[in-house]
Amino acid sequence: MTALALRGVGHRFGPETVLEGVDLRIAPGEVLALLGRSGCGKTTLLRIAAGLLTPSEGAVRTDFSRSAIVFQQPSLLPWKRLLDNIALGLKARGVPRAERHARAAALAAQVGLRPEDHAKYPAELSGGMQSRAALARAFAVDPALLLLDEPFSALDIGLRAEMHGLLARQVSQRGCAALLVTHDLMDAVRLAHQLVLLRPEPGRVQARFRLDRPLAARDDAWVYQQTAILLAHPLVRDAFSLPQGAGAAELPDSARDDALLTDARPDPRPESPRHGCG
Amino acid sequence: MSERPHPPDLNDTGRTRWPARVGHYLWSGWTGVASVLLLVAVWDALARQLGPLVLPTPQETLASLTQILRSPDAWLELGATARRALYGYGLSVLAGAMLGMAAGASITATMMARPLVTLLIGMPPIAWLVLALLWFGSGDATPVFTVFVACFPIVFVGALQGTRTLDGRLRELAQAYRLPLAQRFADVYLPHIASYLFAACITALGVSWKVVLMAELLATSDGAGAQLAATRSHLDMGGTLAWVSAVVGLLLAAEYLLLEPIRREMERWRGDTGGAA
Repeated sequence: MTALALRGVGHRFGPETVLEGVDLRIAPGEVLALLGRSGCGKTTLLRIAAGLLTPSEGAVRTDFSRSAIVFQQPSLLPWKRLLDNIALGLKARGVPRAERHARAAALAAQVGLRPEDHAKYPAELSGGMQSRAALARAFAVDPALLLLDEPFSALDIGLRAEMHGLLARQVSQRGCAALLVTHDLMDAVRLAHQLVLLRPEPGRVQARFRLDRPLAARDDAWVYQQTAILLAHPLVRDAFSLPQGAGAAELPDSARDDALLTDARPDPRPESPRHGCG
Repeated sequence: MSERPHPPDLNDTGRTRWPARVGHYLWSGWTGVASVLLLVAVWDALARQLGPLVLPTPQETLASLTQILRSPDAWLELGATARRALYGYGLSVLAGAMLGMAAGASITATMMARPLVTLLIGMPPIAWLVLALLWFGSGDATPVFTVFVACFPIVFVGALQGTRTLDGRLRELAQAYRLPLAQRFADVYLPHIASYLFAACITALGVSWKVVLMAELLATSDGAGAQLAATRSHLDMGGTLAWVSAVVGLLLAAEYLLLEPIRREMERWRGDTGGAA
């Protein structure tokens, strides 16, 4: 079966271990959200999944034919016009110029970029427009696997909601799989089927949750409710170093059936004295 | 943008067309012309104070310049100078760009190159000239070699810095989107390196002119530098200044009619085209 699978992945930068024994598996049409505080190895894990980094330990297997990545910053080529930036991956695949421009223009319209901006350089675009262009560039290669590194963190809530919608459509209509790195619990609840919670020093899996409700059926109320439930969970509070108990609001029992804790590994081994990233 | 078919909106936007940009460039040149004229005014004032033996007035210089330029021989002399300067310059740009990019691609090579470059930059051109005279005698090779040695480290450092400062994220982007090597180079690396390289090339062009004159003055019997040596031995102040003006005029023309417009076209993506001429 097609999937991205990481088994026992660990990584060291010099003497510092940043990741240890991480297992992930993403099937088509599924979104996996990697959650955790900054510095817990989320981005490293994403770069390993993207093949940009070879892990020191463990194995990465992917049989998705095409993947596309969206970085934390839009990372558009500053010397390329908007359409050429969106068409970057198409050019790499040898799509003729006229055709890739036509496809880029269609995608630009999908992400809400106006035709009068098509010939602009990134420096002339607002931050939100650049983020949309980066997302369009990823969609352009028609990826089977999307790798997203906090793509929404620089956006205002309106834009964020739009981008969520775009991503959800890509996933549910095209059956695309996605690995979403985020530090925002609500983004994860809105978009992900699997939530993998990492804890730092070194980065390892603290807990996994499943959310089986279809993305289209997740309305705001549901998202807020699930986020609140997760925020009250001791493992989540621990992973984000929140004081225990303080946020455990009483929730109606009916709300408790969605977020399903599938695997919790709070500290599998005795704490060895470690110093490092904090 | 190319003229091949593409969605109509790409051309219908408010991008400035090239005639407008040429007009804008020429207009921005007025500031430059004004500052040159200001310099001429100061020169004129000084000349009136000091007298024609020490400093001829701009008018006298212009007169002797037009007289010189009327004879076809003068153009041959200037042509010889330009040929030597451009050979040396062209060679240094080619070699400096290639080796600089190659060295920039590896940290070890960068670190090994650094002291050598410091040495090359610190070595006075006159020392190279003496060596070149001993090696090559008084032919074209001496000024060409001296120009090459003086310009090479400048271009080399430009290419090296351009390569070293490549954005790691864009490099990863190229990798993640599986850009073929040619596209990676043309779309991701080269535009960044070019902006460093071009600035270095403009500096090197100025250096090449200075050095070629010096080399000719001491090493050859023709060229603008040799003419300067002749006017000096005749104590011909007007002639000296006329030759200097001719050479400086050529340099200004090369920079502002050729290199600067190319740079602006290449760097339109930066949004601002920099100060006026």
